[in-house]
Amino acid sequence: MTEEIAVHLSGVTVQYNGHTALEEIDLQISHGAYVGIVGPNGAGKSTLLKVILGLIRPTRGEVRVFGENPDRLRGRGRVVGYLPQRPLTNPRFPVTALDVVLMGRYGHMGLLRRPKAEDREAALANMERVGIAHLAERPIGELSGGEQQRVFIARALCVEPKLLALDEPMVSLDACAQDELYELIYELKEERNLTVLMVCHDLMAIARHIDDVVCINRRIHIHQPPPLGRVGLENTFGCSVEYLFHGQIPHRVVEEHDD
Amino acid sequence: MMIDLLSMGFFQRALVGGVAVSALCGSLSVFVTLRRMSFIGVGVSHSAFGGVALGFLLGVDPLWTGVGFAVLVAVLIEWAQSKGEMEEDTAIGIFFATSMAMGVVFVNLSKHYNVDLFGFLFGNILAIGRRELWEILLVSGGVLAFIGLFYKELVFLAFDEEMAWLSGVPVSLLRYIFLVILALAVIVSIHLTGVILVSALLVIPGAAARNLSKDIHKMVGISVAVAMLCTLGGLVLSAAVDFPSGATVVLLLSVFFFLSLLANKLPCITRPFVKS
Ligand SMILES: Nc1ncnc2c1ncn2[C@@H]1O[C@H](COP(=O)(O)OP(=O)(O)OP(=O)(O)O)[C@@H](O)[C@H]1O
Ligand SMILES: [Mg+2]
Repeated sequence: MTEEIAVHLSGVTVQYNGHTALEEIDLQISHGAYVGIVGPNGAGKSTLLKVILGLIRPTRGEVRVFGENPDRLRGRGRVVGYLPQRPLTNPRFPVTALDVVLMGRYGHMGLLRRPKAEDREAALANMERVGIAHLAERPIGELSGGEQQRVFIARALCVEPKLLALDEPMVSLDACAQDELYELIYELKEERNLTVLMVCHDLMAIARHIDDVVCINRRIHIHQPPPLGRVGLENTFGCSVEYLFHGQIPHRVVEEHDD
Repeated sequence: MMIDLLSMGFFQRALVGGVAVSALCGSLSVFVTLRRMSFIGVGVSHSAFGGVALGFLLGVDPLWTGVGFAVLVAVLIEWAQSKGEMEEDTAIGIFFATSMAMGVVFVNLSKHYNVDLFGFLFGNILAIGRRELWEILLVSGGVLAFIGLFYKELVFLAFDEEMAWLSGVPVSLLRYIFLVILALAVIVSIHLTGVILVSALLVIPGAAARNLSKDIHKMVGISVAVAMLCTLGGLVLSAAVDFPSGATVVLLLSVFFFLSLLANKLPCITRPFVKS
């Protein structure tokens, strides 16, 4: 039996108006893997996710998601769930949390169809799963940052994806909620047999579950954790990295870059 | 006097045309405000003037040349922005000024000084004939059907384009179609308010509805109702006191908008007093 390949990048380079964000990326992720993506700000983490999703076309190189071009894959709209880094662009937009989660079902409904009872049920079940069912009728802009984050995670789950791409899902969650969410994502991955790509700044917190760490800083380094070598991280960040442990929450301190 | 008016063909046509235009602009206006495209409405409508003037100059139906110009400018704006060449508002500012300037030159070149230029600038719905009425009804029907069919996609697009794209929504196609629709709506609505004021119809009803509801479905209903109320009220009022009809409609819309703003603000103003 051959392993199914979820994501395959070969020689992928992305440039924004001549500025190189990713360079010659070769990456292969098997289906069912849980991959953490780390790197300093501006390293190209979000760009990497977008290239995989097809939102950005690579300047050079080839992207395959489950063996297909992401452009063609998105036509079916039910393979990837995505949590953008800044999902709510207009907080005044008049939709409820449930409306937002329902948008995750659109790929299943297809053009011209209206949401049916089963779509609402699916949306509510996913909201329940991430613990926000009671917020269903609240306007999205009036929720707290952490609550909004859960809404968008529920929307990504509503796609019933095979691949879940999360861009810094822990932003604006408190430490407790972060732990909960890490557990939740791991459970969901096991439960639904997902491939998970997660951009994350807190390596230690996910080290427990992840299969691979992808360190990027324009170019790529791949590690098998644990243990996360200090040398590997320093290569990626280009500066010394330290871990401090106090209380229950591990912190990472990164010194200033000098470039 | 009102009874006499109502029995006259031209006034009946004006009322029917006005109602159709209100339904058209009222529903579009919700999406224009949601997508924060208010300024595009202004740009597209003003650029229609260049096309209309060209129609007069060439002696062809100004409807078609107007549509041509409006669509062209709308597409250019979209294209310039998607290529990242310039900011959207800059593109609008440039294209609509160019088109207006061309319009002024065309009018000057044209020998038909008897054309109803004033009507095109400020609207004259009392003067529409059967043919214009049919055009209005056809465009309104088509656009309303489109909005009804693609309601879900239009909301999704306005909320989050990237996610819409990922879900398989034909994003760029819909964006262009929306602009073409906007251009068509502008052209037929020119009869009611003229080039200068037509953007009011595409902005104010939606903005007022936004003040009165947080539900997009209801917003569409409210917006259409507001547009119809102000249009019919404006037509009757302007006939009664002999005001220009288009401007009266727009003034009523503005009054309504400020009232809706008050209705929106009122709860917070009164709350402290209610509690104590
Ligand atoms: N739309 C864009 N146009 C031009 N340059 C861009 C664009 N998006 C990203 N970049 C550049 O590409 C590089 C990578 O950006 P990216 O957003 O992928 O970084 P990131 O690793 O996600 O950073 P962060 O941790 O801050 O989210 C950066 O140098 C950024 O300036
Ligand atoms: Mg990022």
